[in-house]
Amino acid sequence: MIEIKHLSKTYNADDAARAHQALVDIDLTIDDGDVFGIIGESGAGKSTLVRCINLLERPTSGRVIIDGQDVTDLSGKQLLELRARIGMIFQNFSLFQQRSVLRNVTFPLELAGTSKAEREKRAHELLELVGLGDYANSYPVQLSGGQQQRVAIARALANRPSIMLCDEATSALDTMTTHQILELLRSINEELGVTIVLITHSMAVADAICNRVAVIDGGRIVEEGETSEVFAHPQAQMTRALLGIEGQVTA
Amino acid sequence: MEALQAFFAQYGALLAQGTWDTIVMTFVSTVFAYVIGIPLGVLVVVTAPDGLKPHRAFNRVLGWIVNIGRSIPFIILLVALIPFTRFVVGTSLGVPGAIVPLVVSASPFVARMVEQSLREVDGDLIEAAQSFGASTWQIVYKVYLPEALPSLIRGAAITFITIFGYSAMAGTVGGGGLGDIAIRYGYQRYQNNVMIATIVILVVLVQLIQTAGDVSARKLDKRNR
Repeated sequence: MIEIKHLSKTYNADDAARAHQALVDIDLTIDDGDVFGIIGESGAGKSTLVRCINLLERPTSGRVIIDGQDVTDLSGKQLLELRARIGMIFQNFSLFQQRSVLRNVTFPLELAGTSKAEREKRAHELLELVGLGDYANSYPVQLSGGQQQRVAIARALANRPSIMLCDEATSALDTMTTHQILELLRSINEELGVTIVLITHSMAVADAICNRVAVIDGGRIVEEGETSEVFAHPQAQMTRALLGIEGQVTA
Repeated sequence: MEALQAFFAQYGALLAQGTWDTIVMTFVSTVFAYVIGIPLGVLVVVTAPDGLKPHRAFNRVLGWIVNIGRSIPFIILLVALIPFTRFVVGTSLGVPGAIVPLVVSASPFVARMVEQSLREVDGDLIEAAQSFGASTWQIVYKVYLPEALPSLIRGAAITFITIFGYSAMAGTVGGGGLGDIAIRYGYQRYQNNVMIATIVILVVLVQLIQTAGDVSARKLDKRNR
């Protein structure tokens, strides 16, 4: 379970003229096994929020509690261990260009000091899982966008994480490929029991895969609930705008 | 034709020795310059304000040291370093005497080349590595250096050629090599044919090194399909 309590993030907090409040008093609870969508327009703060979960961004105030452990102030080795327990995939895949597909997937295991035989065995299993068993010796540049994201998913799963963060994971993909990647994420959630936190600007993506969603606008959560409920009875203006109910989005 | 044979009979051994000395001087200096320059370049990137371990004061001092090294013209450094060179290798003459100032001069240059190559690495990859729990040191040797490798190799070819040029100046204070020959025969004795021969050798060597650098960088770069 991920609990986010009164979390705020202000950039350049020590300089009033340049200070920028990215997140304001965020409260969220994400249960084990959820596919939780954080929806918002670009600049709404969703990227910052998801990075506060693995502390790539440090909250200015508030707490992040994962499986009952307050992780907000972790540093050094403990912080690195926390991050290793949380998988992450990215909009532009972020594959290491000079590493083969296999060695991209073994990367997190190399960090942990897993033996070569063991990590390659694990990587081959994962590549089978994501449907790229034949591509172990290829390089990222030789793959399509969808294939690259599959490799990134395999890499994110290498350490057997209980949580996976998805940062606009399908935004760079076409509709068909997006659908396939979402199906893969769904099966990972259902079969491996991985909790998925997914940020997106697309209501269609959230609708396809999330059981719960939160809508974020101007750094605040404006609406939260079961996906079906939020979509059927949107309350906040931003939700209605994202759903296209009220025409143009006010900037 | 006979003139050419006569020329090589007279100067062939001298030119061969000079070429060998120049290559040894340049190669050994490049290796040492990288041994010093890579850690410096890495530290500059890592301690930069947007780096993995920002450290303003350390980064500034490092920047100054590198800039000071870069701002002293080699010919002056060469002379100024003579006592230091004697201290390190026991002589300021010949190939060993040339290597010390070449390394001192080239190390800051290499540091800047390495810095530039590392900065070309996509910041998203650094963030991805962090998200998997990579330490700063792991990011340096598992992400920065391997991802920058093709660029580092191109930089090494440029560095090699730069040191190659500097090594000719080392000839003026008795450093040996092709520069020494060009000065002694071409300048002091007006033997233009020797001068031209050294120029031809230098041009051919530079072309070879540049081509070798380009080809190996291209072959090693997995971004090429």
